[in-house]
Amino acid sequence: MKRHLISAADLTRDDAVLILDTAEEMARVADRPIKKLPTLRGRTVCNLFFEDSTRTRISFEAAEKRLSADVINFAAKGSSVSKGESLKDTAQTLEAMGVDAVVIRHSASGAPYRLATSGWIDAPVINAGDGTHQHPTQALLDAFTMRRRLIGPDAGLGQDLGGRRITIVGDVLHSRVARSNVDLLHTLGAEVTLVAPPTLVPVGVETWPCEVSYDLDSVLPKSDAVMMLRVQRERMNAAFFPTEREYSRRYGLDGDRMARMPEHALVMHPGPMVRGMEITAEVADSGRCTAVEQVANGVSIRMAVLYLLLGGNEPAVSSPRTDRTEEK
Amino acid sequence: MDAHSSADGAAVVARPVLEGPDIARVLTRIAHEIVERAKGADDVVLLGIPTRGVFLARRLAAKLQEITGREVPVGSLDITMYRDDLRMHPPRALARTEIPGDGLDGRLVVLVDDVLFSGRTIRAALDALNDIGRPRAVQLAVLVDRGHRELPIRADYVGKNLPTSLREAVKVQLTEEDGRDAVLLGLSRTAPADER
Repeated sequence: MKRHLISAADLTRDDAVLILDTAEEMARVADRPIKKLPTLRGRTVCNLFFEDSTRTRISFEAAEKRLSADVINFAAKGSSVSKGESLKDTAQTLEAMGVDAVVIRHSASGAPYRLATSGWIDAPVINAGDGTHQHPTQALLDAFTMRRRLIGPDAGLGQDLGGRRITIVGDVLHSRVARSNVDLLHTLGAEVTLVAPPTLVPVGVETWPCEVSYDLDSVLPKSDAVMMLRVQRERMNAAFFPTEREYSRRYGLDGDRMARMPEHALVMHPGPMVRGMEITAEVADSGRCTAVEQVANGVSIRMAVLYLLLGGNEPAVSSPRTDRTEEK
Repeated sequence: MDAHSSADGAAVVARPVLEGPDIARVLTRIAHEIVERAKGADDVVLLGIPTRGVFLARRLAAKLQEITGREVPVGSLDITMYRDDLRMHPPRALARTEIPGDGLDGRLVVLVDDVLFSGRTIRAALDALNDIGRPRAVQLAVLVDRGHRELPIRADYVGKNLPTSLREAVKVQLTEEDGRDAVLLGLSRTAPADER
């Protein structure tokens, strides 16, 4: 990772582990009576949301506020964008206002990359989800949740997910979460298997660092974590499977299927969950489902990313660590 | 004279000012001073500042236990997020903040660090403490006070006062981290203006 966080694929193993370790310390701030650090005091972060999102925007906002940054929320609906303003004009407006970082969510894949590399704006850009491309902080929070559950919060420090077997199930075609997770989990040493109906597997998947299977039941018994994806109806322009019932029967996770997973294995979901289709209420409400935990972990991960990108005079990620002993 | 390798690989010549047994003696004295001033160390909590302050705090706690027969809570307080120079360097990896279970409210907190220099670390530690609880009082114990304060801060317990020039660097080595106990005085690799 350089100055920006655009894709989970940009992170080296050391970068990713540093972010996870930092998030572990950030998580401890949430247990305090005063959940605030002065780290980004006087810095302004703009949440630039061209696409609706509640969870991610609130999560970023909570992270920014816990680090004492000034937050500007920008939603495209009802803004000058609906009057026809371009991304470039919006970016230049933000630059003129002296924004120190931009968190961007856009329905077009590549919009954050364009913003970061076009020279329109000087501030670090953090991708909060672009089209069907990437959602790196989601992948980081998923990895963080897995590390906490599978290794433990303290024992996990400095560790990656080497040798763990992770299964990602569902609408891989439309999922930036799946793409980001495959990249990051591979970097962290995990073995990833995608399970999806053939129609929801993207073209070119053979070049991804993962396995592909069409049979959920054969993969479940050897999974350390099973990540269910949301079926993204809003992105579907054709029929990708015959009926919801059939999808649910072959690719949904219910109590019987969960019982076939190893005892330590966890069930994950990036949210929002469509109960009854991808996941039954029984599974969603069980102690093995980490959906709610993932939300809390999201704030810690975003605090870590903001701190590492913005806290110093240059990003900490991919730069040598300094010795802390001589500075008093 | 003692040569050791610095972080960037260049050999820096450094002279030991305190060695193993001296450090043990100094810590014993500080422990007695704490007991004397706190009249028994009943409500004392030791908070070490990472990295080496934490080891020193643990050693002091062991000595306090020897003297008073009571277990003294020890924790660590990472002040990275509270530094006033965060924006002048790349952000550093965070260290552990560990507050003993009973908290700090109403307790006598003794901050423990290896070297007291500009005083900015301690200022940051006081800010951090503010967010964590409300101690009855806060005191400061350091192994070495090398002078050159930039803030009105002084230590309550000092292992050794070491008048230094800004060109010099003080390096504390502890068995837990460095394999041996020593306080080394050598020439600084950085220009005085960069030093913190």
